[in-house]
Amino acid sequence: MIERQKEIVKAPGNPENGIETVIQITSLKKTFGNQEVLKNVSLELKDKENLVILGKSGSGKSVLIKCIVKLLDFDGGSIKVLQQDMSHLNMEELYTIRQKIGFLFQSGALYDSMTVRENLEFPLRRVKKGLTEKEIEDRVAEVLTNVGLKDVLNKMPSELSGGMKKRISLARTLMVNPMIMLYDEPTTGLDPVTSAEISLLINEVQARYKTSSIIITHDIKCARSTANRIIMLKDGEIFKNGKLEEFENSDDPFVKSFFV
Amino acid sequence: MKNRSPAMKVIPRLMVTREPYIKLAERTIAKTKVLNQFLTTAAEVFLFIIRVIRNTFSSGFEFKEFLHQCFKIGYKTLPLISITGTIMGLVLTIQSRPVLIDFGAVSLLPGMVAVSLIREMGPVITALICAGKIGSGIGAELGSMKVTEQIDAMEVSSTNPIKFLVVTRILASVLMIPVLILYADTLGIFGSWAGANIKGDVSLVLFFSQAFSHVEFIDFLPAVVKSVFFGAVIGFVGCYKGYHAGRGTESVGLAANSAVVLSSLLIIIVDMIAVQLTDML
Ligand SMILES: Nc1ncnc2c1ncn2[C@@H]1O[C@H](COP(=O)(O)OP(=O)(O)OP(=O)(O)O)[C@@H](O)[C@H]1O
Ligand SMILES: [Mg+2]
Repeated sequence: MIERQKEIVKAPGNPENGIETVIQITSLKKTFGNQEVLKNVSLELKDKENLVILGKSGSGKSVLIKCIVKLLDFDGGSIKVLQQDMSHLNMEELYTIRQKIGFLFQSGALYDSMTVRENLEFPLRRVKKGLTEKEIEDRVAEVLTNVGLKDVLNKMPSELSGGMKKRISLARTLMVNPMIMLYDEPTTGLDPVTSAEISLLINEVQARYKTSSIIITHDIKCARSTANRIIMLKDGEIFKNGKLEEFENSDDPFVKSFFV
Repeated sequence: MKNRSPAMKVIPRLMVTREPYIKLAERTIAKTKVLNQFLTTAAEVFLFIIRVIRNTFSSGFEFKEFLHQCFKIGYKTLPLISITGTIMGLVLTIQSRPVLIDFGAVSLLPGMVAVSLIREMGPVITALICAGKIGSGIGAELGSMKVTEQIDAMEVSSTNPIKFLVVTRILASVLMIPVLILYADTLGIFGSWAGANIKGDVSLVLFFSQAFSHVEFIDFLPAVVKSVFFGAVIGFVGCYKGYHAGRGTESVGLAANSAVVLSSLLIIIVDMIAVQLTDML
């Protein structure tokens, strides 16, 4: 009892004090009507880890990470982000947690009525009020260089290529210095060269911003170059959890069908 | 059904006696499904209204976005409203002038046009046109934002989409649509003057002073109140349909389409209620 109390004092939900487990999901359940998308999913994301989640299309990967940021309500189980239980948060607490999470949407989700500059500035202006214009501009420039783009600030999203859109939306999530990054299929629909560049970018982001990331993909090359650990989803449950080598050397036909 | 087993001989008899009940049960289930759907939608609308109201009156109004929407809804609709407003007055005059001449009451023309424009035609026709332009615009915009996860993206960057997208648009149409309607009324009277001048010769000043000598405050007030409701209907229906668009791109078109249909219908209904109410005054 006394020991437990000490533990609580030592780690009061402050990530800088070295939380080991950044995201903890226990027996997560999610249904749409009578379709059970997630039956029983438990996983942990450790600090500074790149966790790749593999799974067929429609296996509920996007649903899983949307539950993490509470874009979707789940039906059972629990999700703890930075040791806070996501089902017992009020609006303000939820927004505070969300500011620490960067979410790269599968579709990019750039605001198409805004220019690239306005897109990038949007989260910063909302989250950190009271920044000077100079500070905002510097931040935009810095983040843009980090994703390897320039001369796009005054373009509209519709004028960008798919790969550029991915980079801009990655840049947008990086604007507020998230501690956790959730990537929903960052390389899908891109050519192999651009995919490889985006994978490199994910690693760079992790090194530079010290983020812990969940990377959802069915692109095995991206998984190979970014993963510290892999979790495979099948039929709403976790099928296999382990290091890359364990997957590469597996004899299971389902695993093999991914790692050809 | 030829070689019946003993059991089968019994079952059909049971079925015969049960059949009406089964049919009734099936029909009831079908009806409850419809009812269920209706109630779910009603609950959804109700919740949306509550959310919008709560977010309208809680702190942190998105003033910049509100101004932007006022510009988009008001200013960008001006050309369309200018044309339709003028034509409305023109046509009304050309159509009714011969009749009034027959009755020897052509001097009443400006007053008649002004009253009918201000009381009824201006608000309703302008609102219907706005439902087509603004309602579908809001429905399609929010719908595509929903489908392409932009609303989700907003939410994860700690922005309340109801406050930022919905409240601003509804308030902007509540403010701008009455303004557009008054503007259309004015241009309608101009159009009417032009129409009267095709075959006759009236000075603009005389025409306007004749027109407004017949218009009283009691003509204006209900019309303006009604216009505010039209604005609310257009903004709310557009936002509701867009915000609740399904998944997939075809739901964007559906959202825009049903926004126009539903808001046009509601405008007519609100107008009917408003007319009844003013009649009682
Ligand atoms: N909002 C929703 N309403 C109803 N059903 C949904 C919703 N979101 C997802 N689903 C269903 O949940 C299942 C999983 O969807 P999800 O988007 O998570 O798949 P995914 O693993 O991300 O696939 P992909 O690799 O194609 O992106 C699908 O069958 C989908 O139809
Ligand atoms: Mg997905």
